Amino acid sequence: MKRRFDPLILLWIVLAAALTFLVVNPLLRLIITSLEAADTGAWTLANYVSAYGRPRYLQALYNSLMLGGAVTVLCLVFALPIAWAVSRTDMPGKGAIRLLVLGAFITPPYLGAIGWILLAGPNAGWLNRAWMGLTGATEGLFDIYSFAGLTFIIAIYSFPYLFIFTSSALDVVSSEMEDAANILGAGTIRTMARITLPMVLPAIIGGAIVTFLETIALFGSPALIAIPARFNVVTTQLLQFFSPPVRTEVAAAFAIPLLLITVLLFALQRRLISRKGFVAVTGKGGERRLIELGPWRWVMLGYAFLVLSMSVLLPYAALSQAALSRAWGRGWRLDNLTLHNFSYLLFEHATAGRSVLNSFVYAFSAACLAIFLSLAIAYIVARRLLPFAGVLGFLAMAPFVVPGIVLAIAFYAAYAPPPLALYGTGLILILAFTTRFLPIGFANASAAIRGINPEMEEAVRILGGGRLLAVRRVLAPLMKRSMIGAWLLVFIPATRELSTAMFLYGPNTRTMSVMLMDLSEEGNFENLAALGFMLLAATIVIVGVGSRLVGGDFMMRRDRS
Amino acid sequence: MSKLSLHGLGKTFGRSVAVADVDLALAPGEFVSLLGPSGCGKTTTLRMIAGFMKPTAGRIAMNGGTISDPSDMVPPEKRGMSMIFQSYAIWPNMTVGENVAFGLKLRKLPTAEVKRRLDKILAVVRLDHLVDRYPAELSGGQQQRVALARAIVIEPEVLLLDEPLSNLDASLREEMRSEIRRLHDEFRITTVYVTHDQSEAMVTSDRIVVMNHGRIEQVADPVSLYNRPRTRFVAGFIGRTNFLDGRLQGDTLVFPGFTVPAARVPDAAALPAEVSFSLRPHDVHLHRAPPAGDHAAWRLPGRVVERAFLGEHWDYVVQPDGSSLRLRTTTAPRDVHEAGAPVTIEIDPTRLVAVTGSAE
Ligand SMILES: Nc1ncnc2c1ncn2[C@@H]1O[C@H](COP(=O)(O)OP(=O)(O)OP(=O)(O)O)[C@@H](O)[C@H]1O
Ligand SMILES: [Mg+2]
Repeated sequence: MKRRFDPLILLWIVLAAALTFLVVNPLLRLIITSLEAADTGAWTLANYVSAYGRPRYLQALYNSLMLGGAVTVLCLVFALPIAWAVSRTDMPGKGAIRLLVLGAFITPPYLGAIGWILLAGPNAGWLNRAWMGLTGATEGLFDIYSFAGLTFIIAIYSFPYLFIFTSSALDVVSSEMEDAANILGAGTIRTMARITLPMVLPAIIGGAIVTFLETIALFGSPALIAIPARFNVVTTQLLQFFSPPVRTEVAAAFAIPLLLITVLLFALQRRLISRKGFVAVTGKGGERRLIELGPWRWVMLGYAFLVLSMSVLLPYAALSQAALSRAWGRGWRLDNLTLHNFSYLLFEHATAGRSVLNSFVYAFSAACLAIFLSLAIAYIVARRLLPFAGVLGFLAMAPFVVPGIVLAIAFYAAYAPPPLALYGTGLILILAFTTRFLPIGFANASAAIRGINPEMEEAVRILGGGRLLAVRRVLAPLMKRSMIGAWLLVFIPATRELSTAMFLYGPNTRTMSVMLMDLSEEGNFENLAALGFMLLAATIVIVGVGSRLVGGDFMMRRDRS
Repeated sequence: MSKLSLHGLGKTFGRSVAVADVDLALAPGEFVSLLGPSGCGKTTTLRMIAGFMKPTAGRIAMNGGTISDPSDMVPPEKRGMSMIFQSYAIWPNMTVGENVAFGLKLRKLPTAEVKRRLDKILAVVRLDHLVDRYPAELSGGQQQRVALARAIVIEPEVLLLDEPLSNLDASLREEMRSEIRRLHDEFRITTVYVTHDQSEAMVTSDRIVVMNHGRIEQVADPVSLYNRPRTRFVAGFIGRTNFLDGRLQGDTLVFPGFTVPAARVPDAAALPAEVSFSLRPHDVHLHRAPPAGDHAAWRLPGRVVERAFLGEHWDYVVQPDGSSLRLRTTTAPRDVHEAGAPVTIEIDPTRLVAVTGSAE
């Protein structure tokens, strides 16, 4: 027998190199940069002193944490009753409510924020004008440019996370467990408090942690609201370190705590979910009956509808009105209607048309790259083909705990300087997007591969086919559907990604999301709305096509969160 | 020359030993079963033969050439074997015809030849009318036949089966095990069959390899395995049996509570001092009164301790007077003894089989 060379080793090397480039090197550079003096390159803690030496900067960190806490509380108020009503009661209109939650879920938060600027801007906002018209007051009721306004705007687009976590947990609590409590004499409320709630509590806490982390990592809404309202959060503060003169090393030092908080809280979440209490929840649910609410079901429906009109119906209406108007302040009037905003953006504006194209090209490339890497790594990990495969899997999941803005700084630190000097190229955006969404791809690919019995491939091999043939003829066809789903789950967020793009774009590589920020600085809400409208319309079409291809609720399944 | 041979084959996972010291040689066209309790290393052995796993000791040879040893192995696709998996592993994205023809097409046979062999094998397994169906549209038994056809149609050097019937219900299982044997009689493919069901192994096999804790206990044809088990484990695993543990003193055997002459016990001269025998339940006979005639048999007074009527036969547990030994016996439905009734227990010493190994 002569020794055979296993071509898998080659694949392993390629993947290890790719992950080093995408994950390991940027994060290392981030840490090293934060510890180096910018001019001499000597080791120093001076950057941390600059980053935290001033009360103003500390205040930003404090604001972020407060914002995260406030948003999480508000999300609980929004999500829990709706999730419970949809999952466990006879509330009518559940299909519509689920659809609207999906609508909120796929709305980029910064777009919603723009909608709410139109609705609740201090004086000109529609709600304020309605209030003044009705009461004769001289001042509007709402001021969106405030801490409360920011909290609200973020919460109405973040609560779907909690909704998904909670309702999937509730979906598997069987009525029998509740009946058991009822028979022992506990009433509905008591059963809920003593049986149902404790069983879904780990899921709720898990969802709350995700909400908190998403909030403190958010860049778009704070940039739109907090900056005009003259307060800073961590992400807007980071942007300021990046405005000329760029101080990467201070930004890096300032970003490290954000990274640490995220890592710690995700570790906590993992522990919570793997605790024993959760096992019952992930088990198969027994028979389920819906709780009859009587007349209260209309109250529940009203509440759900109120929340969802705030996150979907009202802002969508405001945005489409502005997109189709010559001047949005003049309202719905025939002589105010125009499509000019669209044609202007696409054909006349210097960079807007290009930004639409960029967004889709980058998202497309990143999705393809991420899915390819994910599949290859997931395959090696699931089949335990090579030693240290687990390390590859770990690295592929690692970006999950890196906030987008931190990832952007890391990429900037690693690849903006020579020799690669990728700053301002489309490539750096594609690579950063790939890294950012790699965990989504990997989680999906692993789940799909684990769902396929390895004997399917072994059957090919024993009949005389090589491993590649097994992958091509059996694995690929069987995974096609779930991989289209995974591709979309990377593609959709990549088309709208803002926080990563914000620090890495150049004059010719603006994405739609960056363009929206630029337009908002110009204060041209008609064009802004039109661009946002295009992004939303494209998203809705893609999600619609995706549901056709891979089944109804692929966006909102819990297993990938 | 043997078709397939295993020499001192072993596999350890970390510190746990899954398979050790397995020596076995299969003649061309032979049907051999690996039989043993769950976790005894059957699948591990089979997967090493298939080339999905590298042994950590020993080697495997086919037609005289080594195909696996701890340093290297021929990959499964180069072995010319085929395998039927416990899950069947029918590809759901291909029709029955495409599944079965897969191996033929890989061998680049001319289209007409592929068609001829496909039609023939589908007729043999009675699936000709389902050739364009997808696996999801088949019953469990039909899926099983697709797996059989797919494996056999390429006329492999060696056919491997890993508990192929364990997902079927009892009646289908009986039908399919005869089908497997019928196909073997027709094609004479050298076969290794893994099962933990003794009747499956008995019906299908030329020889049975009984494994326990990763080692071979005994290799024999079904009849000798039942009649001449070599170890206590084999005797207990294949069919039901009684164990008699005693001591040899001169030419008498001392059992708890009674003593009998050793003379007529097979190979009496070679017995060790501490000896265990296996005695099948139908070799223990009960009589209401001491019978006349052949005094070479052992006759022990005793009584019925338990009884159960199973329709086709009676099961009795009897105890010789003054002994702690409990003997299980099976009799015809018309042999009725009341519980507690005195009986004469008759044992033909030539039916005793000395076994090695300790009680577990
Ligand atoms: N990949 C593995 N890693 C570690 N231990 C293993 C592995 N595969 C098998 N084993 C161990 O090796 C022993 C033999 O396993 P094997 O699957 O061969 O048993 P088996 O005889 O096929 O049992 P069954 O009838 O349950 O299928 C078991 O103790 C099992 O736990
Ligand atoms: Mg097995």
